[in-house]
Amino acid sequence: MEFYELTIAEAHEKLVKKEISSFDLTKAFLRRIEELNESFFSYLTVTSNLALSQAKKVDDLISRGEKIDILAGIPLAIKDNILVKGEKCTAASKILEDYIAPYDATAVKKIKEKGSVILGKTNLDEFAMGSSTENSAFGATKNPRDISRVPGGSSGGSAAAVAANMCCYALGSDTGGSIRQPASFCGVVGLKPTYGAVSRYGLMAMASSLDQIGPITKTVEDAKIVFEVISGKDPLDSTSIEFQQIVARPVSDLIIGIPKEYFIKGTDPEVEKIIRASIKKLESLNIKIEEISLPHTEYALSCYYIVMPSEVSANLARYDGIKYGYSVVRQKREGTKDLLDVYLRSREEGLGEEVRRRIMLGTYALSAGYYEAYYLKAQKVRTLIKQDFEKAFKKVDLILTPVSPAPAFKIGEKITDPLTMYLSDIFTIAPNLAGLPAISIPAGKVGELPVGLQVVGKPFSENTILEFGQFFEKNIKVF
Amino acid sequence: MISKKEVEHIAKLARLGVSQKEVNKFQKELSKILDYFKKLEEMDISDVEPTSHSVLLENIKREDKADPQEIETKKDLLEAVPKEKEGYIKVKSIL
Repeated sequence: MEFYELTIAEAHEKLVKKEISSFDLTKAFLRRIEELNESFFSYLTVTSNLALSQAKKVDDLISRGEKIDILAGIPLAIKDNILVKGEKCTAASKILEDYIAPYDATAVKKIKEKGSVILGKTNLDEFAMGSSTENSAFGATKNPRDISRVPGGSSGGSAAAVAANMCCYALGSDTGGSIRQPASFCGVVGLKPTYGAVSRYGLMAMASSLDQIGPITKTVEDAKIVFEVISGKDPLDSTSIEFQQIVARPVSDLIIGIPKEYFIKGTDPEVEKIIRASIKKLESLNIKIEEISLPHTEYALSCYYIVMPSEVSANLARYDGIKYGYSVVRQKREGTKDLLDVYLRSREEGLGEEVRRRIMLGTYALSAGYYEAYYLKAQKVRTLIKQDFEKAFKKVDLILTPVSPAPAFKIGEKITDPLTMYLSDIFTIAPNLAGLPAISIPAGKVGELPVGLQVVGKPFSENTILEFGQFFEKNIKVF
Repeated sequence: MISKKEVEHIAKLARLGVSQKEVNKFQKELSKILDYFKKLEEMDISDVEPTSHSVLLENIKREDKADPQEIETKKDLLEAVPKEKEGYIKVKSIL
């Protein structure tokens, strides 16, 4: 087995036993990135110096015989909308092409304190807006399982980097499926934690009531390891919460709900077959399965595509050519008349197509005369979607669904039609609207293309989800 | 279908410069997406309370006092500013 194939847990064991050094492990990944990044374009920035200096520090600790944390010396990649102090942070946008992060995101600070090794920053759809990573201003990431296809998005660079062994694990962010859908498309594990479980400080805000940072890993065990490090209340994010995990019940005692609204026309029959087969296998292992209903599911997509752009239009007002980033002021061009002109032209030239579309949509939904018909209505629908889950979770412990209606699609296939692209989020957005934790776990393949199973739980029941995930990984052999 | 004039008005509210070509494009795309939202019209939800956040939030206040540790960050922040003068951000005239 090559070094770069190791999971966090395996690499940690080898570091402790001194079978490998963090320096060699890091070097192996950097070589791998050098070899493969041109084909897959997972990384926007490679931080070799930072990585090697962090690795040496951990090796020093080990050689002095000190106890090291489980993440110490383990190389990871970070989505390029999460700040790492002193390194570029572009959000895959021209407007932040040369932006240097002035501080660490709290999640980054936490993994740094554990001695993690940061290999670089990964590609995404501009400001995390997209489902394919094609909306990056710097080029599309390719799916390592099939180079003609998208890796999903928006955390496509992170998922592809994990799938291609260009890092041991990665951090992503998820607003409507941006961790789970690329994890599903690339055949890796992706966890979106409960809203408020992980601090959003230092994550570039897209839709603040929906965004969460989470791990993308090779195994469920690794997702658990990373989640435990990055979660917790942070005074710098007033929406982060001091929480107690619900005690995980043994998997054999769990009742699993299957929502009938998630098995609908329009889902690829091969995808449905894989998910159904997984459920059957669980039943044969004496896991209790129950059909449930989430009656407002069909309204979730409309609700999401009103709430999210509304928040986007407010959050992206900060990219205005005044405080940082691309600005026509910097271009020293003739003819910039006044302040308004700086706003209009910096945002016209600096922001990409999808970002501008969502700002327009959100501004429309919030504007006088339309607020009640769109934004307020969507917030009410959000209440109903949340109540659907609350009712369901009185009867069941976990809910299983497909992650996406189809496996990875071809590059260029959906990019010209925004609405078709939005539909690929149809199964992942409801947990964000309700603030629930959800994971994507590989469940099978259509040809060479991976298909993920989504497991949704009650707020702060990550332990239950992860325990079930490990059981699933072990007992439902799919690959 | 929303009008070109509405698209231009929204773009101005959003402080987005748009070309005429883009106005045409936005008109078509936004109309199509807004049509999709018509689905919500079939619901009677006058009695439902709106949800802005999935978790209950309360206002959290702190003292209005600068953190001395952040002085260093101020330097970094100012370095990113397109035009700076004596520690302030310089902008073009408003009128």
